[in-house]
Amino acid sequence: MVAALRNRLREAFVRWALRVRLPEPAPIVLTQRRVYVLPTRAGLAYAAALGVILLGAMNYNLSLGHALVFLLGGLGIVAILHTFRNLALVAIRPGRCEPVFSGSLARFDLVLDNQRPDARTSLRLFTGDEAPLEIDIAPHASTVTSVKVLAKKRGWLPMPRLTIETTWPLGLVRAWSYAVPDLNCLVYPAPAAKAPPLPWSGESARGSARDGRGADDFSGLRSHQVADPPRHIAWKAVARQDGPLLTKLFSGAAAQQLWLDWGALSDAIDAEQRLSILARWMIDADAAGLAWGLRLPAVQLAPDNGPAQLSAGLRALALHNHGAQ
Amino acid sequence: MARSNRPVSRRQAWWLLTTALTTCLPLAPQLPPWLSLAAGAAFIWRAALTWRQWHLPPRWLLILLVMAGTVGVFLQYRTILGRTPGVALLVVFLALKLLELRAARDAVATALLCYFLVLGQFLFTQTIPTALLACLTVLITTATLLAASDDRPQPQQQLRRAALMLAQALPFMLLLFVLFPRVQGPLWGIPQDRFSAVSGLSDTMSPGSIAQLSQSDAIAFRVKFKDAVPPQSQLYWRGPVMPSFDGRSWRVAQTQGAYAEVPYPEIGSPVDYQVTLEPHGKFWLFALELPGTLPPESALTFDYQPIARQAVRTRTRYTQRAWPEAMAGANEAPGILRQALALPTDGNPRMRAISTAWRTQHAGNGEAILTAAQDFFSRQLLIYTLNPPLLGADMVDEFLFDSKRGFCEHFAAAFVFSLRAAGVPARVVAGYQGGEINPVDGYLVVRQYDAHAWAEAWIAGRGWIRIDPTAISAPSRINSNFATAAPAGAGLPFLARSDLAWLRELRHRLDAVTNGWNQWVLGYNPQRQRDLLSSLGLNEPDWRSMTAVLSVLCGGVMLGLTGWILRNRLRVDPALAAWRRFTARLARHGAAWRAWEGPLAFAERAARLTPTHAKSIHEIAALYARLRYEAAPQANDLAQLKAKVAAFKP
Repeated sequence: MVAALRNRLREAFVRWALRVRLPEPAPIVLTQRRVYVLPTRAGLAYAAALGVILLGAMNYNLSLGHALVFLLGGLGIVAILHTFRNLALVAIRPGRCEPVFSGSLARFDLVLDNQRPDARTSLRLFTGDEAPLEIDIAPHASTVTSVKVLAKKRGWLPMPRLTIETTWPLGLVRAWSYAVPDLNCLVYPAPAAKAPPLPWSGESARGSARDGRGADDFSGLRSHQVADPPRHIAWKAVARQDGPLLTKLFSGAAAQQLWLDWGALSDAIDAEQRLSILARWMIDADAAGLAWGLRLPAVQLAPDNGPAQLSAGLRALALHNHGAQ
Repeated sequence: MARSNRPVSRRQAWWLLTTALTTCLPLAPQLPPWLSLAAGAAFIWRAALTWRQWHLPPRWLLILLVMAGTVGVFLQYRTILGRTPGVALLVVFLALKLLELRAARDAVATALLCYFLVLGQFLFTQTIPTALLACLTVLITTATLLAASDDRPQPQQQLRRAALMLAQALPFMLLLFVLFPRVQGPLWGIPQDRFSAVSGLSDTMSPGSIAQLSQSDAIAFRVKFKDAVPPQSQLYWRGPVMPSFDGRSWRVAQTQGAYAEVPYPEIGSPVDYQVTLEPHGKFWLFALELPGTLPPESALTFDYQPIARQAVRTRTRYTQRAWPEAMAGANEAPGILRQALALPTDGNPRMRAISTAWRTQHAGNGEAILTAAQDFFSRQLLIYTLNPPLLGADMVDEFLFDSKRGFCEHFAAAFVFSLRAAGVPARVVAGYQGGEINPVDGYLVVRQYDAHAWAEAWIAGRGWIRIDPTAISAPSRINSNFATAAPAGAGLPFLARSDLAWLRELRHRLDAVTNGWNQWVLGYNPQRQRDLLSSLGLNEPDWRSMTAVLSVLCGGVMLGLTGWILRNRLRVDPALAAWRRFTARLARHGAAWRAWEGPLAFAERAARLTPTHAKSIHEIAALYARLRYEAAPQANDLAQLKAKVAAFKP
């Protein structure tokens, strides 16, 4: 109940704090208007201790006790200024962001600039409830840091709201700010753990006479699946490297074409699962050095091989039915 | 925050141990020895834990130790409230908290405890050395707090940063110290224990009691005269008046009431002065004879001694006016005169016989008897000495006729006895006589060795008259000072010796510093605050105006510091600033600059998006690229870039 109310209040505050147009143009400079300062729990304890010391000094008429309280009070104010200074005017620039598979951690690279002649110490960056990253920035320098966020869904993953805070130097006050850098991570569908074998197209448009899964010429390896015949297991490869079982693939025709077709998969399989299977096929085919083409309801890729083909294919899967390409 | 759960590092543990040690060492003389030893053992244990990286003791053991410590403190003092037991308990907690450093939070708690114990030191002493030591403790504790949040820097770096932050806090401290509305304590009743035995006059006088004080050079009070300092022989600082005599000791009267105002007429010219009285735990306030005004919260006893409503437990400052020529008690109450004549029924037969002779000879004429007594004392050739021989039952007789050697209490007691036996009301007055002017700050310093006793006789029609029988035998005691009157090599207190001129000079300087400290730092109370603020032009300062001035000034300091903090924000490269203005303008037209784009690549893309401005976009980008990446860009490139950006209006 209280926690819920606190969350609501915090969200309202963040909405107010981030009233700029989102996403923000780079570089995001944490100007003094967007750096907030409040005492930490230790700071509240410090203030309470000062109050008690003041009472004692008054009660016993201790002039030096008054001086002590006032000195420590001044120290508290100075701590606010130092903490504020430690964070204010840090500039955040978005960096690179490599695509990832759904279910793994997306890494958003950020470049933090310090234009001041003294170091920034113990800045903590975090998004949501993730454990904070702690960084320092040297005087007149930049630091690259990557914020990791779990990619839960395929498609574009915008960088979540970043909180950057510091309690340096005394830990009595916390200065913090919010930023939403303009960074998006492309999230591919997770490759299916279990997929049917590669769909060598018996019904392919070219009407090839040979079965794609022929056993004549060795064409590559892929990870073993339960349905594969035991005699196709690449025992030598297993013996060489202590890894998962691999299945030897054989092809009958050198110029065999492989079409990864959305339509070829049974309608009984749900759409996300179908994308996962397609992703698995692409990876396997790419690993085997095969050329492959992709047919999705809205996109078609001509058969090709290589990393460009793989990333184009995975991107098409990621953005399937997402409108924006 | 997750941060406060971080375990305490080794370095942080060393910091905390150092701080605790610095805090507790100055307190050791105030603590019972067992506690000092126990705390020392806990520190050594902690050091061993840190050194060997052993595990912390289990929590149940610590709880047991805390309970044992509390019980120990209780058994020692029979209470756990009050000054010394409170400090002792805090030391117990601090020592055991060190053994319980699990998370950064514990480190902060320990540092706060240390700040607290600095206040504990001030409960016992507030001298300049204590203040300096406290500064060191605060510095180390602050450095520890810094280390608790970031333990990577070297110790000297931490100390330097702590010193910097404390230096920045100083203006706030000074402003708050001067302007924070002061409240006169105590706020509640605990400080009864604030004062414990300090040397000073007591309310009884027996042979040797004042001679004992003459061994002490502790300061009794300081006096600042408004005008000229009266001659030394007039500086009689009236203290407890002792009319009741039991044959051996003189005692203060058990009075039932007091005058709220001075009961005698003002005669002659007044002397105005201000006394800063050191705490002595008694009710009386010392005043030059005869007191003409009463300090606030005080009254005048029936024998003309100002007394405070509360015992003097803190250094007290009051303004006074004296009427040296005033006559008091012309119409004295019969009860008081009766008391001033009372003598034990027997004892001292020789003196009694002489006094009875005076009485018959002068037919009860008080004035004539007084003269006879003075003559008698000077004829006896009495010797003023610090080491009088011990006296038996008939003290007065033995002093006057046998040993003939005595200190001021012997003189005063014998004189009063002789007058009473002759039927003249008389009493003993204790107090201080003289004092020493400090040439550095002009204060008259009265020390314990200036303690004195004299006599007061009542003459019909004139009232009470002061007679100093010591002055009859040793006039130099009154006319110069105690040190010259006492024979050489009589075991004088170090500071009373006059033969070391340079030492006296040094002492005067030191004392002036101490006095300034006492007057302006320790004695900065509500009264002094009002006076100071009035003299600064803040008339009738109340807490509202003080708070207003305080807020304005603190705000000013804050602004100054903030300016310092953000001082280098505008040091942006001018070429970059111009480039940013340019890209911001383009961004409004849909061509936002991406951080990873080089200027030329961006110009390429922007020109495609806004073909009408392609030319100026390319020019600006080329200029910027030259300024950025060329080893020696041309001198006017920057001016050109600025001009072109200014003119660029897509």
